[in-house]
Amino acid sequence: MLEKYAEVAGRDVVEHLRQLAGPLKGLRLVHVNSTRTGGGVAEILHKMVPLMQELGLDIRWEVITGEPAYYECTKSFHNAMQGNEVNIPERYLKVYEQTNSQTAGGLEEELQNADVVLIHDPQPAALIDSFPRHKGKWVWRCHIDASRPFRPVWKYLRNFVSKYDASIFSLSNFAQQLPHPVYLIAPSIDPFHEKNRDIDEDDLRETCARFEIDPERPVILQVSRYDRFKDPIGVIRAYRVAKELTPNIQLILAGGGATDDPEGEAVLDEVRTSAKDDPNIKVLLLPSDAHRTINALQRVSDIVMQKSIKEGFGLTVTEALWKKKPVIGGDTGGIRIQVINHHTGFLVRSPEGAALRIRYLLHNRDLMKEMGEKGKEFVRENFLVTRHVREYLTLIYALLNSKKERIELS
Amino acid sequence: MERTCVMPNKSKTDPFLLKDCALIAIAAGKKAQNLRELREHIRNIDLNSLYYHFWGGLLRPRFDNPEYHNDFAIWVAHALHNRLVAERLAVIDPMAYETLEDLRTELIETIEECLDEIQFPTWAGRDDQFEFVRYQIVIFDTNITVTHPEDLVRVFPRMPVGSIFYHFIEGRRRNRNSLDDFRNWLMTFGDEYAELGQSIGEICPYFTPLRELRKELIEVCRSHF
Repeated sequence: MLEKYAEVAGRDVVEHLRQLAGPLKGLRLVHVNSTRTGGGVAEILHKMVPLMQELGLDIRWEVITGEPAYYECTKSFHNAMQGNEVNIPERYLKVYEQTNSQTAGGLEEELQNADVVLIHDPQPAALIDSFPRHKGKWVWRCHIDASRPFRPVWKYLRNFVSKYDASIFSLSNFAQQLPHPVYLIAPSIDPFHEKNRDIDEDDLRETCARFEIDPERPVILQVSRYDRFKDPIGVIRAYRVAKELTPNIQLILAGGGATDDPEGEAVLDEVRTSAKDDPNIKVLLLPSDAHRTINALQRVSDIVMQKSIKEGFGLTVTEALWKKKPVIGGDTGGIRIQVINHHTGFLVRSPEGAALRIRYLLHNRDLMKEMGEKGKEFVRENFLVTRHVREYLTLIYALLNSKKERIELS
Repeated sequence: MERTCVMPNKSKTDPFLLKDCALIAIAAGKKAQNLRELREHIRNIDLNSLYYHFWGGLLRPRFDNPEYHNDFAIWVAHALHNRLVAERLAVIDPMAYETLEDLRTELIETIEECLDEIQFPTWAGRDDQFEFVRYQIVIFDTNITVTHPEDLVRVFPRMPVGSIFYHFIEGRRRNRNSLDDFRNWLMTFGDEYAELGQSIGEICPYFTPLRELRKELIEVCRSHF
């Protein structure tokens, strides 16, 4: 596996991983998140876990699950971390704490004896309360755009998070004041994931036929969960404005649901209502394992959009750039460090802005091609899973060895 | 990876062990929304953070910004929309100062001068604040050893940009004499490579992206040998 990564990311990149992993051989690291399918976190873990295992670390991946009230509560946490004012009933908080406490009981030996525990997002954050005398280092990884969290909810969550030995945010803009080192680590994509690997032309043709997409006409695509923060309605508005001057465009909205997202269905209904019966808008609800379909849709598109109003990072942006597509993205969160105006795409703040850029790009095909080439190299150098693993290993090494500024490997 | 021993040892000096490096960013926990706040934080911020905002951009995901070369100037231009102040900050050459404390003093004085002149200071939007960051550096072995200066001609072209950063830029902070690692190594040969060392010393690392720096180093070495 490492050999394959060396071919795509570079030999030196893989050599760095080997050097970092050398002193960590046999180290037991447990990841805990809230779903094995759907959403960016699960996707990253599916590829990162085997890669770290191949580097010689003893990696486990555990999932916290609960009753519907638990998911209602954690969805509210998610919305609150992204700045929405939410009122979470006390009984939901009790369910949240009980679910964490019960999960802790089942994972007691695993978590108590781990060298490092990596807790993803708020859902399992309270696990730490069940391990006041834990042996290893506990790290909280926040994948959410937490730039302006709703303070009462953050104050509640901070009670748990502040007990960790370190935390990780995707961008400096998201980082919160905490009494431990706050690392800034961007997420990543895996070039060999079914969603990103090369696809032959026959498969692309088959995908177009299956969804009645005309490959001779421009295709605009947004891939994301049906979530208001992803602004699918805004994408439809942008399409309608752009269509006035570029009537032959087609729009595809493709998304699935995550098992921990109870709001998806309502948003999907809103999107279908907004699309009405326009035959050039395809609203696709795909299963969480439709990676190959997503891959093909991204490849047959001319422009990929990610018009989010809030975005932790936007792995769909990274995926599109990797496939040499210019991206029109909302000027928010992690999209800002991936979509660089006039280099890899355009940042926009309104449906009108998005429409303007759609028209601009469709009338400048050479520029689209140039942006596509740049985007792929940009991802290769900065947003592949190898860089992500290197930064996790660096953090672990620094924490375990109390390193301050310099970590010298030899 | 195989250890590459380049050429037989022609001298008694230690070989040059080529390293590579990467930075990992850590939030410093301070944010500024206007020039005054920026100055106050610069006054107290860890020098590691100051260094990061002057030099760390070379290893970060970004497209080259030919106008402004440090994070403070870029922020003032894009978030405060004050190009005059951005230009004044951008022209501060960190290599002109013996210590980072001296650089800090110069930066504060420049900002204070600007503050004296600005009648209506602007504020950055809430999502455009300047976030101070510090870093840890991780240093890797490349398994490449250079035993003779002549071999630099062949080694430079395949040198990762992280190596250029580590030896040519970070070395100046690490070494007591503030010279880069290449010149320090050449000095161990006595006067034999003084001219090459001088030519390398004339390359300005601050205003050039790492890939361009590598080209300049290659050029200097090729011209010499």
